[in-house]
Amino acid sequence: MNKIALKILMGDKAKYLGLIFGVSFASLLMAQQVSIFVNLMARTASVIFSVSEADIWVMDTRVRYIEEVEPMRDMELYNVRSVEGVKWAVPFHKGLSTIRMQDGLTQQVQLIGVDDVSLVGICPEMVLGDERAIRKPQTAMIDKNGYVFTWPGQPLELGREVEINDHRVIINAICSITPNFITFPTMYVSYNTALEVAPPTRKKLPFILVKAQEGQNLQRLKKRITDQTGLQALTQNEFAWRSINYVLQRTGIPINFTITITLGVIIGIAITTQTFYMFIMENLKQFGAMKAIGFTNMQLLRMVLLQASIVGLTGYCIGIGLTALFFEVTKDAPALQGFILPWQVMVGVFCTIFLVILLSIVFSLRKVFKLDPAIVFKG
Amino acid sequence: MQQAVIFSNISKDFPLDGRKIRVLDNISSDIRLGEMTMLVGPSGCGKTTLISILSGILSTTEGRVDIMGAALTDMPDTKKVLFRRKNIGFIFQQYNLLPALSAAENAAIPLTAAGVSNKKALARARALLEGMGMEGQTEKLPRQLSGGQQQRVAIARSLVHNPKLIICDEPTAALDAKTGLQVMQILRDIANEKNRAVLVVTHDNRIFHFGDRILEMSDGRITGDYTTEDFLKKEHIE
Ligand SMILES: Nc1ncnc2c1ncn2[C@@H]1O[C@H](COP(=O)(O)OP(=O)(O)OP(=O)(O)O)[C@@H](O)[C@H]1O
Ligand SMILES: [Mg+2]
Repeated sequence: MNKIALKILMGDKAKYLGLIFGVSFASLLMAQQVSIFVNLMARTASVIFSVSEADIWVMDTRVRYIEEVEPMRDMELYNVRSVEGVKWAVPFHKGLSTIRMQDGLTQQVQLIGVDDVSLVGICPEMVLGDERAIRKPQTAMIDKNGYVFTWPGQPLELGREVEINDHRVIINAICSITPNFITFPTMYVSYNTALEVAPPTRKKLPFILVKAQEGQNLQRLKKRITDQTGLQALTQNEFAWRSINYVLQRTGIPINFTITITLGVIIGIAITTQTFYMFIMENLKQFGAMKAIGFTNMQLLRMVLLQASIVGLTGYCIGIGLTALFFEVTKDAPALQGFILPWQVMVGVFCTIFLVILLSIVFSLRKVFKLDPAIVFKG
Repeated sequence: MQQAVIFSNISKDFPLDGRKIRVLDNISSDIRLGEMTMLVGPSGCGKTTLISILSGILSTTEGRVDIMGAALTDMPDTKKVLFRRKNIGFIFQQYNLLPALSAAENAAIPLTAAGVSNKKALARARALLEGMGMEGQTEKLPRQLSGGQQQRVAIARSLVHNPKLIICDEPTAALDAKTGLQVMQILRDIANEKNRAVLVVTHDNRIFHFGDRILEMSDGRITGDYTTEDFLKKEHIE
């Protein structure tokens, strides 16, 4: 019986390939769109996640997400350090600045200032030079994409000179980072250098990174920090999610993108439904005859399920394969760099495809189950 | 003579625009083993409806049907299917072969559905087909066969599981005159040789003479029950 099911399915090569193509395309569309969205959202929080050493971020109560910087008083650092259960607390600067290159061109950069001594929050993956170089005054490290973006077509080399707000800075290290939501080049300097070169309104402390002592309950530590200092304290995850939610809710970018994804998913669902509904409808006469001859509903259902599983699985694998290939091919394009196909998306697409297939089968098989003799006997 | 089917007082209503229309109106008769019974009548008189009921594809509004001594009308739908695949063979106007399966595989389907092994089912189907002049054609796909050959495959399919009742709906309607007569001859032999009941629904007065008995229907009722001889005389058909 399984053999019959397979022969019916593959008997018409063109239709069979059409079915597979439909499901492949639907899987590709959904997996690719949703992955890009998820990756883009994750970029929003990439700065937060890149500081792996810290447990808690402390900031002004008005800060709603990572790109928003509300300066605190310098003494807050000492207040936080004095909270019971804090192992260490270091300053962390983050803000936008303009650099001016030697040929006079300017360029926006994301400036990150890390604690001079501990270098907490510096990117761990070096491409050229040594991260400790930034402890020297007027020395910076830039990310590789930023470097290529700023000096296109030029070899990676140390010693380039730029100006930040009229302060001369030498680039003496190059590293590789996870791209962030704002695709400006990222420049790392020591916290002191950051204060020096930042514009006057930004010569303040934006974030404090806190490491909890071993065995501390983070939620209770957070509460103690807030109670004692009046500042906002968030775990790494909380701050990341708050940032992602903020971008989701407040900016137009995700709205456009959500529409695209929703369309992608709807089109994917529509193609799959249509494909399977057509498949059953086109074979309705065959199913009718089989039922008249003595196939039970269960037997027919089993045959259709087998056919659907084959088409669904083949199509899904091709679709996911193409999506993975897409990210592999585009992995060096700065806009998509570091983008991956999250397994959650793969599972989600799998479930969606199979749920949709199941629904369209149940929907279209009702006709077979309630077999109208007209289907069997009419010419 | 033994009866394969007995149906008594069956009526069938179809809902239409909120009303009910009566398509079969309190009809009773039987179908006998060893005979070919022709069911004739104008278009729309209820022939297809009647055979759908006799084969358990459609349920009755009233009345009862017994096939080979079993009360079909009392069975739940799932049981009807199993009963059908054991006791009834079908031949349709459009053959209704599965285009992706070979002639032999098509003919073997009732056995496959009943769980008989592929090898056994195919061997029996091939033997039947070859007995009907289909040597060398058993592995062809339906589209590689002529209409008459396809209908022979359908006949083999209706016989492969050795049912006692064969139901045919306009078996010659899609065939040319000569091929139609050949197919009817095969069906005729089936009825006589193996003591089966063959019920043939038809419009085609050129094949009436193959029957042993003719049931005439009109407007949802059986209006006449003749021997073929009497019927042909009545209708002035040679
Ligand atoms: N599912 C249905 N719903 C409503 N009316 C139906 C249904 N099936 C059949 N009928 C009606 O019942 C009547 C008998 O139909 P049936 O198909 O049995 O006729 P028939 O004798 O087989 O005709 P033909 O020779 O044209 O095949 C027709 O008037 C038809 O319109
Ligand atoms: Mg009819």
